[in-house]
Amino acid sequence: MILLVLICVLLLGGFAAWLSARWSPGAPRWLAVIVLIVEALLLIVPYSVAEQSNGFPSTWFGDFYAPWIPRFGIHFHLAMDGLSLLLITLTVLLGFMAVSSSWTEITNRQGFFFFNLLACLAGTVGVFLALDLFLFFFFWELMIIPMYFLISIWGHESRTYAAVKFFIFTQVSSLLMLLAIVSLVLIHHNNSGIYSFDYFDLLNIALNPDAAFWLMLGFFIAFTVKLPAVPFHTWLPDAHTQAPTGGSVILAGVMLKTGAYGLLRFVIPLFPEAAHQFAPVAMTLGAVSVLYAAAMAFAQSDLKRLIAYTSVSHMGFILLGIFSWNLLALQGSVITMLAHGISASALFMIAGALQERLHTREMENMGGLWPVLPKLSALTLLFALASLGLPGLGNFIGEFLVLQGAFSVNMLLTSVTTLVLILAPVYALCMMQKTFYGPRYQHSALADFNRREWLSLGLLVLATAWLGLSPQAVLNVSAPAMQSSIEMER
Amino acid sequence: MNINQLFALAPIITLAGTAIAIMLGIAIRRNFVSSCAIAAIGIVISLAALGLVWRQIPVQATVLMLMDAYALFYMALLLSAGLAVLGLCYDYFKAREGENEELPLLLLTALLGASVLVCSSHFASFFVGLEILSISLFVLIGYPLNQARPLEAAIKYLVLSGVSSAFLLMGMALIYAQCGELSFSGIGGYMTSRQDMNAMVLSGILLIVAGLGFKLSLVPFHLWTPDVYEGAPAPITAFIATVSKGAVFALLLRFFISTYSYDYAPLLNVFGVIAGLSILGGNLLALLQNNVKRLLAYSSIAHMGYLLVAFVAGGSISSVLVVESVSFYLLAYFITTIGAFGVVSVLSTPETEADDLSFYRGLFWRRPWLAAIFTLMLISLAGIPLTAGFIGKFYIFTSAAEGRLWGLLVAVIVGSGLGLYYYLRIIVVMSTNVEATGIKPAQDWISNAILAVLTMLLVWLGVYPSLLVNVIQSVS
Repeated sequence: MILLVLICVLLLGGFAAWLSARWSPGAPRWLAVIVLIVEALLLIVPYSVAEQSNGFPSTWFGDFYAPWIPRFGIHFHLAMDGLSLLLITLTVLLGFMAVSSSWTEITNRQGFFFFNLLACLAGTVGVFLALDLFLFFFFWELMIIPMYFLISIWGHESRTYAAVKFFIFTQVSSLLMLLAIVSLVLIHHNNSGIYSFDYFDLLNIALNPDAAFWLMLGFFIAFTVKLPAVPFHTWLPDAHTQAPTGGSVILAGVMLKTGAYGLLRFVIPLFPEAAHQFAPVAMTLGAVSVLYAAAMAFAQSDLKRLIAYTSVSHMGFILLGIFSWNLLALQGSVITMLAHGISASALFMIAGALQERLHTREMENMGGLWPVLPKLSALTLLFALASLGLPGLGNFIGEFLVLQGAFSVNMLLTSVTTLVLILAPVYALCMMQKTFYGPRYQHSALADFNRREWLSLGLLVLATAWLGLSPQAVLNVSAPAMQSSIEMER
Repeated sequence: MNINQLFALAPIITLAGTAIAIMLGIAIRRNFVSSCAIAAIGIVISLAALGLVWRQIPVQATVLMLMDAYALFYMALLLSAGLAVLGLCYDYFKAREGENEELPLLLLTALLGASVLVCSSHFASFFVGLEILSISLFVLIGYPLNQARPLEAAIKYLVLSGVSSAFLLMGMALIYAQCGELSFSGIGGYMTSRQDMNAMVLSGILLIVAGLGFKLSLVPFHLWTPDVYEGAPAPITAFIATVSKGAVFALLLRFFISTYSYDYAPLLNVFGVIAGLSILGGNLLALLQNNVKRLLAYSSIAHMGYLLVAFVAGGSISSVLVVESVSFYLLAYFITTIGAFGVVSVLSTPETEADDLSFYRGLFWRRPWLAAIFTLMLISLAGIPLTAGFIGKFYIFTSAAEGRLWGLLVAVIVGSGLGLYYYLRIIVVMSTNVEATGIKPAQDWISNAILAVLTMLLVWLGVYPSLLVNVIQSVS
C-alpha cells in the first residue's frame, strides 16, 4: 500500500500545485517542496524495514496487487527491491534539486510547470515499482508526456524541435517494446492458456531462440534509446540542451536511469539466453558510446551540450557493466547510475545558474569567471572532477567496478574503454579552462551562489563524497537484487 | 412478422416516427429549438427501446434484419454519437440566419440509415440503409447553402458516393448471380458448401469492398475525404467521421463473419495492402497540412487503416477477439473524433470555420480548458496511455500479433511515429506564448457539457477499461 501512496502523493501533489497557482504565483514551488518532503519521509519506511532485517532482504518489499483489466490478466502490481529503492531515493533527491533550480528560473505559468515536474517524477517512480508489464509500459509512457511539456513550453530557443524529437524517439521505440510485451504475453497464453502480464508469470516461459532474440531486441531498443547508447543517442543532446534546468536535471539524473533499470529488470531476467548471446554486441555498443561521446563532448562549445555528451559517455559504462554478467560489474553499474545522477544534475544546475546570470551557454562568451564567481567555480571544479572519475568521489567507484568486472569477460574491449580515462579529463578540464580561467570577458557584477543554491549543491557534494568514500552501504542495499539477477542468468 | 419481431424493431421505428414528428412540427411552426428538442427526445426514447429489446435478443426480425447483441451495441454507439453531434449542431447553428429546422430531421434520417445498416442481414436492407445514410449526408454537408465550400464538398460527396453505390450494386449482382441468395446467411451457406474459390463471388466481394472503401475513405478510395471534411460544417464533419464510417465498418465486419468470406485468403491480402497504404498514406499526407480539419481527415484515413489491421487479423484468429478489438477501437475513435471536431466546432461559427492552424495559436492560455480537452483528444488519437486511444491501440497490437501480421505491425508503428509529429504540431501551436486577446466568451454550454462528458469517458476508459471490456466481450 505504501508503494501506491508513493506514486499518489507525487501525482496529487502535482495537481495541488497546479491549482495553488490561483492563490499565489509563489505557492506551487513551496507546495512542490512539501510534497517532496512527504515523499522523502515515506521512504524511511522501506529503509527501516531493511535495517531491521539486517541488510536489505532479497524478497520483494511492500507487494501491492489489485486487478485492473482481468480480461488480459493485467494487474496493478507494485513491489520494491533494493534496486528500485535506491533509484527512487535518487529520484526524490533530484526532485528537490529540480525544484530548487527552477525556483527563480521559471517565472511564467509556474503552476503548470510544477505539475509537470511532479507528474514526471510520479511516472518515474511508477516505472521503478511496476511489476506488471502493462503497468510498466503505462508509467513508461506517462513520464514522457510531462517531460515533453517541460521542454516545449519552458525550454530554450529551439525547444519545439528538441521536444518533438525527444517524444518521437522515445515513443516509437516504446511501441517496439509494446509489441514485444504483447507477443511475449501471447506466447505465454499459447503455452498455458491464460493471459498474464505479470512479471513473475513471464519470467520462466519457454521461448524458442529465434522468438526470444526478436523479443529481446524489442525491449533492448526501447531501453537503449532511453539510456541512450550510440546509435540511438541523437535526441539527447538536443533535449538536454533545450530543456529548462529543472527538466535537464530530471532527464539526466533520473529518466536516463529508467533505461538502465529496464535492462536490469526486464531484458536480462526475461531473456537470459538471448541476452547472453547478444552481450558482445551490447558491450561493444557500450564501449563505443563511452569513447565516442567523450570525444564529442570535447568538441562542443555549448556548455549544456557538453554535459549532455558526458552523460552519454557515462551511460555507456552502465551498458558495458550490465552485459558483463557478473556481480562486480552489475554493482558498478548501479553505483554509476547513482553517481552520474548526482554529478550530471549538479553540472546541469551550474550550467543553468550560469545561463541565468550570463544569458548564454556558449563557453566562448564566458572565460575568466573564477574571480567573479569563486564559489560557483569551485563547486564546478569539484563536479567536473567527479565526472572525470577522481578517486574519492562517486563516479570513480562505479567506473572502477564496471571496468574490473568487464575485464574478466572481455579483455580487449575493456582495455579500449579504459582510454576514456584520458578523454574524460580532457573534456572536463577543457570545460573548466574555457569557462573559468583565461582572459576575462566584460561581465558586469554577477551574483555568486545564494543560500538556496549553496544548500542544494552542498547536498549533492555530500552525496557524491559519501558515495565515493563509503559505497558499501549502497552496495548492501542493491546486492540481493543483483545477486538474484545473476542467478537468473545461469 | 409476429409481435415479438415488431417489438424488436422498436428502436428503428422510433427513429422513423421522430423524423416524421419533426417534419410535421416544421409544417406547423418553424422553431429550431423545438426541432432539436424533439430529435433529442426521439433519440433518447430509441436508446431506451434498445435497453428493452436487449432482454430478448437475438431476434431475426424478418429476413432483412437481425437484432442481436452486436447490432444493439453498435446502434447504441451510433445513437449516442448522434446525440452528441446534435448538441454540437445546436450550438453551431443557433446563431445562424436562415432556416435551420431541417438539420435535426436530416440527422435523424442519417441515424436511421446507419441503424438499419448495423442490423441488416440481407443485401436489400444493407443497400437501403446505406442510401438513407448517404442521401441525408449530401444535404447535411451542403446545409449552409449560401457558401461555396460546403456546396463544393456536397457535390463531391454526391458524385463519389453515387459511383461507390454503383460498385456496390454490381458486386451484389455478381454474388446473387452465382449463389442465388441475397441474405447473408444464405450466402454463407453457399460459401461453406463449396470447397474451391469462385471467381464470380470473389469479384463480387471485391466490388463491394471497393464500394465500402469509399465510405470508409481507405487509400486508394480516399480522395474525397480532405475536401469534404474541410467543406462541411464542423459538427457534420464529426458525424461523417464517426457515424457514417462506424456503421459501414460494423456492417463490413458482420458481412465477412456471417458469410465466411474470411475463407477467401486472397481477399485478406487485398485488405492487408489497403490497410498498409491507408496507414502510411494517411499519415504521410497529414504531415503537410496546415488546416486542422484536413489534418484530422488524413488522420482518420490512417485510423481506418489501423482498424483494418485488426480486421485482417480475423483471417487467422478467433472472431471474438476481432469483434472485441474493432468495437473497442471504434468506440475510442468515436469519443476522440467527436471530441476533436467538437473543439473545432465550439471555436467556429457558421461564417468562419476555425480550421487554420494559426487559429489555435496560444489557445492554452486563452481557453485553457478547451485546449486541454483538445490535447487529450490528440493524445488519444496518437494512442498514448491514460486515454481510451491507447487501449484501442493495445487491442490492435494484440490481435495483429496473435494473427502474426508482422509487416502490418511495422506499418502501424511507423504510422504512429509519423502521426505523433502532426498531433504534436497542433499541441505546440496551442502552447505557444501569445498575449490574451479579446475572444468571445464561451456560451455554448451544451457543447461544453458534451465535451466534458467525452473527456471524462476518454480518461475513464483509458485508465479503467474493464467495465467496457466486459460489455464488449458479451457482444462478441
